[in-house]
Amino acid sequence: MAEVLFFLTAIGAVTGAVGVVALRNPFYSVLALVSHLISLALLFLLLRAEFVAAAQVIVYAGAVMVLYVFVVSYVGGSDEPMASSLGKPFKIASLGFGAALFIVLTAAVLGTGLQALGTQGVPYEAGFGSPKEIGELLLTDFLLPFEIASFLLLIAAVGAVTLARRRGGLETPGELARYTAVDFLRPAGTGTMAEGVGGRRRLPAGIDERDPEPASEPEVKQ
Amino acid sequence: MNIEWFLTVSALIFCIGAAGVITRRNPLVILLCLELMLNAANLALIAFSRMHGNHDGQVFAVIVMVVAACEVTVGLGVIVAMYRRRVPIDVDELRELQG
Amino acid sequence: MQTTAWLVLGLPLAGSILIGLLHKQLKGKAAGYLGTAVLAGAFLCTILTLISLQDRTEEERQVVFVAWDYAKTVGVDAQLSILIDPLSLLMMGVVTGVSTLIHLYSIAYMVSDKGYNRFFAYLNFFVFSMLLLVMAANFLVLVIGWAFVGAASYLLISFWYRRKSATDAGIKAFVINVVGDIGLVLGTYFIFKHSGSLDFLTTFEGAEKSFGEHGNNDLTAGCLLLLVGAFAKSAQIPLHTWLPDAMEGPTPVSSLIHAATMVTAGVYLIARMHPLFELAPTAADVGAVIGAVTLLVAGTIGLVVTDLKRVIAYSTMSQIGYMVMGVSSGAYVAGLFHLMTHAFFKALLFMAAGSVIGAMAGQQNLDKMGGFRKAMPFTFGCFVIGGLALAGIPPFSGFFSKDEILLVIGEEGGWHWGLYVAGYVGAFLTAVYTWRMIFRAFFGEACPEAKELEGGHLHHAEVHTNPANGEVEDTDVGFPGSEHHIAERAPEMKVAMGVLAVLATIGGFLQIPKVTHILEDFLEPTFADSHVHHATSDGLLVLGLVLGAVLGLAGIAVAYRVWVQQPGTSAKVLERFKPLHTLFVNKWYFDELIGLVVVRPGAWIGRVARSSFERIFVNGTLVGGSTGVIKASSSAVRAVQTGLLRSYAALLLLGLTVVGLYFLLSA
Repeated sequence: MAEVLFFLTAIGAVTGAVGVVALRNPFYSVLALVSHLISLALLFLLLRAEFVAAAQVIVYAGAVMVLYVFVVSYVGGSDEPMASSLGKPFKIASLGFGAALFIVLTAAVLGTGLQALGTQGVPYEAGFGSPKEIGELLLTDFLLPFEIASFLLLIAAVGAVTLARRRGGLETPGELARYTAVDFLRPAGTGTMAEGVGGRRRLPAGIDERDPEPASEPEVKQ
Repeated sequence: MNIEWFLTVSALIFCIGAAGVITRRNPLVILLCLELMLNAANLALIAFSRMHGNHDGQVFAVIVMVVAACEVTVGLGVIVAMYRRRVPIDVDELRELQG
Repeated sequence: MQTTAWLVLGLPLAGSILIGLLHKQLKGKAAGYLGTAVLAGAFLCTILTLISLQDRTEEERQVVFVAWDYAKTVGVDAQLSILIDPLSLLMMGVVTGVSTLIHLYSIAYMVSDKGYNRFFAYLNFFVFSMLLLVMAANFLVLVIGWAFVGAASYLLISFWYRRKSATDAGIKAFVINVVGDIGLVLGTYFIFKHSGSLDFLTTFEGAEKSFGEHGNNDLTAGCLLLLVGAFAKSAQIPLHTWLPDAMEGPTPVSSLIHAATMVTAGVYLIARMHPLFELAPTAADVGAVIGAVTLLVAGTIGLVVTDLKRVIAYSTMSQIGYMVMGVSSGAYVAGLFHLMTHAFFKALLFMAAGSVIGAMAGQQNLDKMGGFRKAMPFTFGCFVIGGLALAGIPPFSGFFSKDEILLVIGEEGGWHWGLYVAGYVGAFLTAVYTWRMIFRAFFGEACPEAKELEGGHLHHAEVHTNPANGEVEDTDVGFPGSEHHIAERAPEMKVAMGVLAVLATIGGFLQIPKVTHILEDFLEPTFADSHVHHATSDGLLVLGLVLGAVLGLAGIAVAYRVWVQQPGTSAKVLERFKPLHTLFVNKWYFDELIGLVVVRPGAWIGRVARSSFERIFVNGTLVGGSTGVIKASSSAVRAVQTGLLRSYAALLLLGLTVVGLYFLLSA
């Protein structure tokens, strides 16, 4: 029974993987990856890693993939042209490299002297893979990696915001400036954060230093 | 259902993901293939955790998931910034480092 | 004595370096006075060294001073050492003494030349190298001095370096000198092979032991090669073609280098190597024959040349032929005596010629000169004294020295009688061409420049031209100066010429046969080991003296008749002997012969080598090959940098596979 389930999920995972690589439309690739992730979660369950399987579905398939969907719809990503700029030989060569790696890895796995690989693992204990065990390890033995991982998340969040913010490049010159109350709380030239990230709009009288073409400058003309 | 089978499946998925990274031109899809490779590694980790009977592998897999999430975030941010600046979304076009 | 000996070498070197370093700072005649003072000091040190040498006993009169010993590093007994013995002291005295006078002369002569300081630096350097040559105590220092002298000669001949004819002449002199250098070095090798020592005294003392009682082939070969070196330096046939061309240099240069010192280096060499030449009679005979041939050929050419300085140059070649003939046949003292007297009167003649050329504003052609007797009495007097000495008229110095050489050769007997006859024929020719020169320049109708000078005004050329080919020049650096000087108006020139005139007159009294033998006694320690035994027969002596005087006077008389009394005679003689005249005017076609045999094949080889070997091998394989390999490999490496993300990733993957494979296989 378990073997049947294994083969079914394995085939599903591989199919999803092939779909990610082979499908032309990036949107379809995202959907293929989602199916692959869910199959992988089932494989984790077969290996008695319940918490990780749940985390996989919720975090990976749930959050990360949703992010992907957003970006793919924003960026668009047209169907890729069939002709590769590097030509067919490169494609065949790269597929060959992949195949070579697979052969090497499989040879390593199947030919190893490790006896335990031929079994199903150690006898199952109750509570293996439960959140309790994982949580205990995270807060005792692996506390440092846990904290660093959270720090990494913070950095990634800040980085993403910095990378993707507007820089005033989308405002056309003739656009009317819309003022809000906060504009008066952030005068020009005072080094406010808003000015620093370039989010300020024009104040009346046009004394914005970041304006390349000042509208009316009191200039002494000869 | 030996551990070997899981490892073989993991290797297969890893190689498919690697082939995809080399073959595709859209950076979004390349990132997706990168995800595939990470997931294959996760599968191997979980399999070994089952083999040994301790949870180290599973904790490692959770941390890998965190890292993958961060990497996706930043990578997608870069792609969005590229799109905003009218840079072509095609890795073959980005070859200023040639020569 | 050691200090003064090293000072003789050191002073000219210091002078040269000092003038060279300060050549921009020294103004006016300062460089001239400095150079002359340095040489006067060197001459003084020579005298002091002479005195202290004579203080020693007869057996100890060959002293070697070592400055640096290379023997430990090279394995050959190479040392930086000088030899002080009578022979080297004679040469040192002649070199420093005559050089001082010539420097004095040049102070006034070269005054308007923009390269004045450079001239004195070069001249001092030349004197240093010549002294190094004559004071050498081993073959190594000799070769060094020899090479330096050649280099100094080149620098001085092409002193007016913007004249193409001067630079061509300098190159010609240098190339022929290099041929001589090669001969010298190869000769040294052959001698060293057997003697095992580079030192002169050691080689000479062990000569009989190393080479056997009658010499061997290696010694003959070595001596012949040394002769090649001597002939190149002393302008003997067939390596003589550079000397007439060397007259392109300024007159003081001709006077010093090509009359008194450098060209006598060959004579010195043969005299110094006399123990070896006595063991290799073949080489000595070759030297004697070449000397005789040279003196005849040069005499005949001197009869027809029209350039004033070239006449004197050919007479130098001829007189050196006498000296070479003499020292090769064993007449060492006579040959060196003639070297000394010849230095006096030849330097005097060149100085006087410089004065005449100054009056002619740079023109050197005899055809354009005439009647300077009234305008330049002092110069005329010097010419007369020099001419009488050269022609061998008693009691002037040339008479005694020349006849002594021929006496010794006559005593050898056998085929040496041919040389004896040649010597006297040469003496006749010498008198003729010398007095031809004097009569043409000073007698007869006064030329325009002479008339101008009689009126008290020295002729100036409005446009400065190259006297040889009439090209227009300016008077800036590299060309002669704008002004010319004559002896009558320049006290320095007068003093120098006066001293030499006195020496030319009384110098012969050092060695009057049967009466005084000061020089012979002086040189005795050096030539004590000579095997040549001179049994002077009185009959031959008297015959020789009388014959010499008679021939000299006869030559003067003939010249007087042809060129003064009956001016058309020379043209008539020329008509009758046209082919001979053509031969003589073309210098016996030696230049053309050398051009055909040496220069053209050499140029051909060069062309062939350039188009085949150099093009294919050097440019193609070596240069092109190495650059090609580097270009190809670098472009191959560059091909990896595609800038494509995907190819980098592919290579990464490949690398990963290989690493995995390695670990798999090594397990």
